Amino acid sequence: MSTPSRKDRLTRDEVAHLAHLARLAVTDEELDLFAGQLGAVLDAVAQVGRADVADVPPTTHAVPMTNVFREDVARPSLPRDAVLAGAPAAEDGRIRVPRILGEGA
Amino acid sequence: MSDLTSTDAAELGRLLTAGEVTAVEVTRAYLDRIAAEDDALGAYLHVDGEAALRTAEQVDAARAGGTATGPLAGIPLALKDVVVTEGVPTTSGSKILEGWRPPYDATLAARLKNAGTVLLGKTNMDEFAMGSSTENSAYRVTRNPWDHDRIPGGSSGGSSAAVAGGLAPWAIGTDTGGSIRQPAAVTGLVGHKPTYGSVSRYGLIAFSSSLDQAGPMTRTVLDAALLHEAIAGHDPLDSTSIDSPVPVLAEAARRGAEGDLAGLRVGVVTELGGDGHTDGYDEGVLARFAETVALLESLGAEVRPVSCPAFDLALPAYYLIAPSEASSNLARFDGVRYGLRVGDDGDRDLDEVMALTREQGFGPEVKRRIILGTYALSSGYYDAYYGQAQKVRTLITRDFTRAWDDVDVLVSPTSPTVAWEVGARVDDPIAMYAADLCTLPASLAGVPAISVPCGLSEGLPVGFQIMAPALADDRCYKVAAALEAAQDAARGSRFLDQLAARPAGSAA
Repeated sequence: MSTPSRKDRLTRDEVAHLAHLARLAVTDEELDLFAGQLGAVLDAVAQVGRADVADVPPTTHAVPMTNVFREDVARPSLPRDAVLAGAPAAEDGRIRVPRILGEGA
Repeated sequence: MSDLTSTDAAELGRLLTAGEVTAVEVTRAYLDRIAAEDDALGAYLHVDGEAALRTAEQVDAARAGGTATGPLAGIPLALKDVVVTEGVPTTSGSKILEGWRPPYDATLAARLKNAGTVLLGKTNMDEFAMGSSTENSAYRVTRNPWDHDRIPGGSSGGSSAAVAGGLAPWAIGTDTGGSIRQPAAVTGLVGHKPTYGSVSRYGLIAFSSSLDQAGPMTRTVLDAALLHEAIAGHDPLDSTSIDSPVPVLAEAARRGAEGDLAGLRVGVVTELGGDGHTDGYDEGVLARFAETVALLESLGAEVRPVSCPAFDLALPAYYLIAPSEASSNLARFDGVRYGLRVGDDGDRDLDEVMALTREQGFGPEVKRRIILGTYALSSGYYDAYYGQAQKVRTLITRDFTRAWDDVDVLVSPTSPTVAWEVGARVDDPIAMYAADLCTLPASLAGVPAISVPCGLSEGLPVGFQIMAPALADDRCYKVAAALEAAQDAARGSRFLDQLAARPAGSAA
């Protein structure tokens, strides 16, 4: 893998697209600021491309990961009221959420 | 009675057990100092004095009644606000969790509660632990007790300021890329990042799950070992928790303090401040480091240089892996189940409410990292960025593994510089990230690493880092304790006594 050849920095439009994917309603001022800053960060992190990693496996975790099982027995859950007390909106013993589907859906 | 707020935690435990002081007296001494000094210092986000005194009274009553109490019972404690605490506000330094009172305790919080420690409060931090100065907190600026114009390190800067400033005898921090060790270094504390998987992450608000570890921030090496032992051990609620016996650490610290390191093989990492790798390092930091390496030799250690070429790429690899994991972890803050919700007017749909909530609830550094992580994980760039970074992570681990063939521990400065002035790096993410240069390799490889004070530069503390193989945390404590004992003996006082001896908030 060679260094990603990005002489062009992250464009404002790219940052806007990524922000949308990440569900961040960023402002115009933030787009201007982040595009510049993230371009500089991206130039710095792109140095990983310098490494010769032919035949090197990726490390996802520092310790060996194996599936962890437990006995299939019921355990108490958190009390409903305690959970609802932390929710931004509750109704009829449930978390109330904004509508999910648009009018045309 | 000497000042309780300058007494180390091990000694407090002894005084409490012997009945020479009560938990209420100790707790009140700390609450008084918090009331008098935390407006200026900014270490805490939440303090509940009444609750702390109630807990202390219960411990005193149990002790007076002859009920078995453990060695830590009655010792006050501060927790970084990333640790979930039942009924006690927990924000992770973010507006998106303002006012949230969790319905459960993190495993480490529960263990410390069961040990009878007294929770003084929750400490300030960079939002979601993203930062090296605590300036990314959504709530307040935290100042370095050695010089109030300077940062206390980060992201566990509230914990470092509280302990160094005498507003807690010890504290818990978390470390993803250096967030225990770097703030400990720049405030003159001992800070240890345990082997990944050896302290439960259950109930720690996740930043980068393959890297996050909680650990002690204390005034002495022995205190760090005692606090570490209290939180360590297998936890079925954390699937990455290592199922092995709790390590014997306090004993390692006590043995180390005897000062004999004969036969210990020490590797000095060339890539972390050695020949050809001194750019960005303070001269004073390198001088204190060299003196401390010489001190190790005088204690009997065999010192040799060790080259770990992949460490040069630790910083770029980390700033791809951590933001990638963060962008995924922080998806849980969606304005639905807990915390902030913005724009829910009955007209906007879930997507819009989510975007408005996250826009208002997250600060700039969090947004930058979410966007960067989203980019690094996106189709077309994944192999070049995230995938490549994970392979570099393998190379870093291999450098460590190769080093352990020849040496028992690796050493380096903890951070390239002393504490900088508040505001100096806030507009320059790259400069901020450079503070983690020396701490990132151990994070990426999951190995334990401790920072222990090794002197002053420009009147400010410098930290010395000791790294060891996975599950050999005891080596970190042994070597750190030997250094601490030798330096204390030469100085004739403890490291932090130098801070108490000078005017508040001003560098010498």
